[in-house]
Amino acid sequence: MAYNSADIAAFKNVWVFCEQRQGKMMPTTFELISEGRKLADELGVELCGILLGDDVDGIAAELGGYGADRVYVYNSPLLKNYTTDAYTKVIVDAVEEFKPEIMIYGASHIGRDLAPRCAARLHTGLCADCTHLDVDLNGYIEFLRTGSNVDVDNTNFETKMFDVNTNLKMTRPAFGGHLMATIVCPRFRPAMATVRPGVMKRRPFDEEGVKKVEIVHPDFELTEADIKTEVVEVVKAAKKLVDLIGAEYIVSVGRGIAKDVDGGIALAEELAEVLGGVVGASRAVVDAGWMTADHQVGQTGKTVHPKVYIALGISGAIQHKAGMQESEYIIAINKDENAPMFEIANYGIVGDLFKVVPLLIQSIKDAKAEA
Amino acid sequence: MILDKKHAMQQKLFRQFAETEFTKELQEELDTTGAFNWDIHNKMAKYGFMGVKIPTEYGGAGGDYLSYVIMDEELARQNLVLSIYANTSNSLGGGPLLLAGSEEQKKEYLPPVAKGEKILVFGLTEPGAGSDAGGTTTTAIPTADGEGFVINGRKCFISGAPMADWIIIFAKTDLKQKGSRGISMFIVDMHLPGVSLGADEKKMGIKGYPTSDVVFEDVVVGKECLIGPLNKGFQYAMKTLDGGRLGVAAMSVGVAQCALDEAVKYAKERKQFGRRIADFQGISFMIAEMAADVEAARQMTYHAAILKDANDPEAGVACSKAKFFAAEAANRCAYKAVQIHGGYGYIQEYKVERLYRDARILSIFEGTTQIQQLVIANSLLK
Amino acid sequence: MKIMVTVKQVPDTSGKVAVNEDGTLNRASMQTIINPDDLNAVEEALTLKDEYGCKVVAFTMGPMQAEPMLRELLAMGVDETVLISARQFGGSDTYATSQIIAAAIDTYGIDDDDIIIAGRQAIDGDTAQVGPQIAEKLHLPQVTYAGEVKKEGNTLTIKRMLEDGYMTVKVDTPCMITCIKELNEPRYMNFRGTIECWEKPLTIMDYDALKDHELIDATTIGLKGSPTNIYKSFAPPVKEPGMMLEGSGKETTDKLAHILTGKHII
Repeated sequence: MAYNSADIAAFKNVWVFCEQRQGKMMPTTFELISEGRKLADELGVELCGILLGDDVDGIAAELGGYGADRVYVYNSPLLKNYTTDAYTKVIVDAVEEFKPEIMIYGASHIGRDLAPRCAARLHTGLCADCTHLDVDLNGYIEFLRTGSNVDVDNTNFETKMFDVNTNLKMTRPAFGGHLMATIVCPRFRPAMATVRPGVMKRRPFDEEGVKKVEIVHPDFELTEADIKTEVVEVVKAAKKLVDLIGAEYIVSVGRGIAKDVDGGIALAEELAEVLGGVVGASRAVVDAGWMTADHQVGQTGKTVHPKVYIALGISGAIQHKAGMQESEYIIAINKDENAPMFEIANYGIVGDLFKVVPLLIQSIKDAKAEA
Repeated sequence: MILDKKHAMQQKLFRQFAETEFTKELQEELDTTGAFNWDIHNKMAKYGFMGVKIPTEYGGAGGDYLSYVIMDEELARQNLVLSIYANTSNSLGGGPLLLAGSEEQKKEYLPPVAKGEKILVFGLTEPGAGSDAGGTTTTAIPTADGEGFVINGRKCFISGAPMADWIIIFAKTDLKQKGSRGISMFIVDMHLPGVSLGADEKKMGIKGYPTSDVVFEDVVVGKECLIGPLNKGFQYAMKTLDGGRLGVAAMSVGVAQCALDEAVKYAKERKQFGRRIADFQGISFMIAEMAADVEAARQMTYHAAILKDANDPEAGVACSKAKFFAAEAANRCAYKAVQIHGGYGYIQEYKVERLYRDARILSIFEGTTQIQQLVIANSLLK
Repeated sequence: MKIMVTVKQVPDTSGKVAVNEDGTLNRASMQTIINPDDLNAVEEALTLKDEYGCKVVAFTMGPMQAEPMLRELLAMGVDETVLISARQFGGSDTYATSQIIAAAIDTYGIDDDDIIIAGRQAIDGDTAQVGPQIAEKLHLPQVTYAGEVKKEGNTLTIKRMLEDGYMTVKVDTPCMITCIKELNEPRYMNFRGTIECWEKPLTIMDYDALKDHELIDATTIGLKGSPTNIYKSFAPPVKEPGMMLEGSGKETTDKLAHILTGKHII
């Protein structure tokens, strides 16, 4: 029987596209496997990873440690470097063969190239850049209770259009973070989503899972003729990029450092060092060329949720807030008492960052010495 | 006035360009060094600004007077001197050629000027002949062979002279005729032997567009450099200034608007006695006066432009009225903007300090406020 | 050879955004702009035009109100524009949208040496899906996140940006590229263009113009043909106001440091 993406009953299990680069698993994959485990449990089905590469068996089992039941591994020299054509073909063929009901990808530059292409070929829906996923309706309602302005006790969540209890509810920011939208894909399978790196929490690693996970090598067809692009070289950025996503403490600078850019950045670095954290930046700072783009936090930069986020001279445009408002504690220092950043800050100090930050560094050193 | 789609699009273009390209750093550099900035000149040229009002057959864009005033206004709203960069070729530079030049002259000189490849400036004022341009003492005496002229004299306050490739000048060709008669118009290559520059003037404002005297000592030009009829050049000077006045009116609107923009922004930010100063009537009334001044000046300027585009006989006086009102309005607005800023308005960290100095030229160049009043009064009382 | 560019008119989300009571966006209160990444796509097309003298055609899907945006593109130097507009196309998600735009591009005609360029993503949805999905529907190779494009004959060499570096990719025309803002600096309209753009071609492709194309089917376009639907939309929560510390001296920073250590935050 021909493959039919609308034959919903034929689809089962949750799949995660496990992105690797140069034979190394991308950290986001572990977040996705962790999240996928939750979804699979809510549906009472298996969680499978799909891993493409050249001789990548060695990195497959680790996925079991984060909750994967099975990993489909596709090895081929033609899959060594990512190409849209090769990866799309192998994934589409695999989906047609095994028919997962949910498939998630990391919203990386590769995931966002691959997922739309697969969705279009498989005739199914795709929701980009998700920040929250639910199958279980109660879980979704609880998420809305704290994560939205929706009066959940007086909202009707039922609909005649589809079964709200089994369909994947994919929540994502839209319009630069001004709005959140929950998207469903009720008539086609698999329901596909790309998920923002750094958003989903990694589960504790479980050694038992590594032993239990089943590694499968399905047959597949792929020839050079399938690939219309040629990867000439892959270059890693020479400079070590700052790891904002994994950081516990982030000290970010904004336009407020304008009067002494180097001095402002130096202060932020010193404060970050005292806390054991890293330095981030607002879009204005990156656009002005004061810091490189890998430091950028916000809608067009990275989404972070550190334990503490300290905003120095950042007014708090909504685009910036979209990338950091989930931080556990937010501290704002700004000379403009009306800066919107203060509205979401747990603690705020109105003052010149060039005067306040040196004092704060000293105070933290003192307090740490006492403690 | 509601702009049609075309002019609204042009307004958007000039506004986007000025808001993006006229950076704070560029503006400060111009004001501090006083030097001409070729990069921004070339960029404006690339987008066709130098030829806005020059017809397409002479390499321009074929825009109308309304396009031209919208450009001058929008550029001046960010920076007056950069508005002058784009203005000259469209006004005092290209104007005389368009009015009186032969087809040959127009084809030779206008295209490079419209493209911004060459700079053409206007030399009317002399040490002893300002508003009374009839007092011109520069002379252009026919050579013995009748093939050219020998020019001697001094033109002063020539905006753009240090960068200029050519200059339009007015010189007495018939010494026997009195006043404004016997004056002819010439285009002179600035690189000819005998042409020299005075020192750069140290101006109060509009720094970044150097101004100096131009001295002519036995400069020989061919007769093909005569523009328009011999001995009857003065009327073209006056007509050119009509158009130029319109440009200055438009720049004045831009400067007034800028003063208003800055004042509104500051009045909302600044807090005194626990409130923003915008909440005090003394401040808010000044802002209301500024807003009304800006709007009146704009309407008069656009109206004069539309009359010019329609070749209306009232256009000349309308330009004088617009220039008179808008230039004074710009100065009133700049004064109030500084006043609203208090001490901060008096220091260079705030834009209104420069605005106040820049605005001062508007009621002086291309016919002082008092000359405009004379023109307006004469039109009623003659 | 021609370059086809896809562009979108979007609400300007950089300023104040008004949200209705029901959690939808109050579009009427917002300014519309050309999607910023799409301007980079247009610039890349015009750069290629400057070099090869080829024609540049811009495609957009949207209401008739998108015309002024297309006129601006014509004023920048684009030669022709196509506005894909029909009631039947409304409510399309990315899948359905790419289906329709692909049909329009195919109807216009793709030659062997053509290039299609799109912006990386639109600021209203930030999905980055329509470009690749158009390429899929047209069976063309794609290179997304282009940070540098070089052309030699009918082969393009593209620096495809990754989060941790880049890869250099070669691809033959016809193909689809999506570009990032670092690719170039978009030009302004040209003044002369503001006068000439009103006479340049602006074609409307409505439902009738596309309905016979194989990609256009009631089950694959518009709201009904979209695989995804919006289940709920809402505004993010407003956080409880935090604690503003008095003053900005050492006592204040000491107090903050003690709160942080006291709560074991640091």
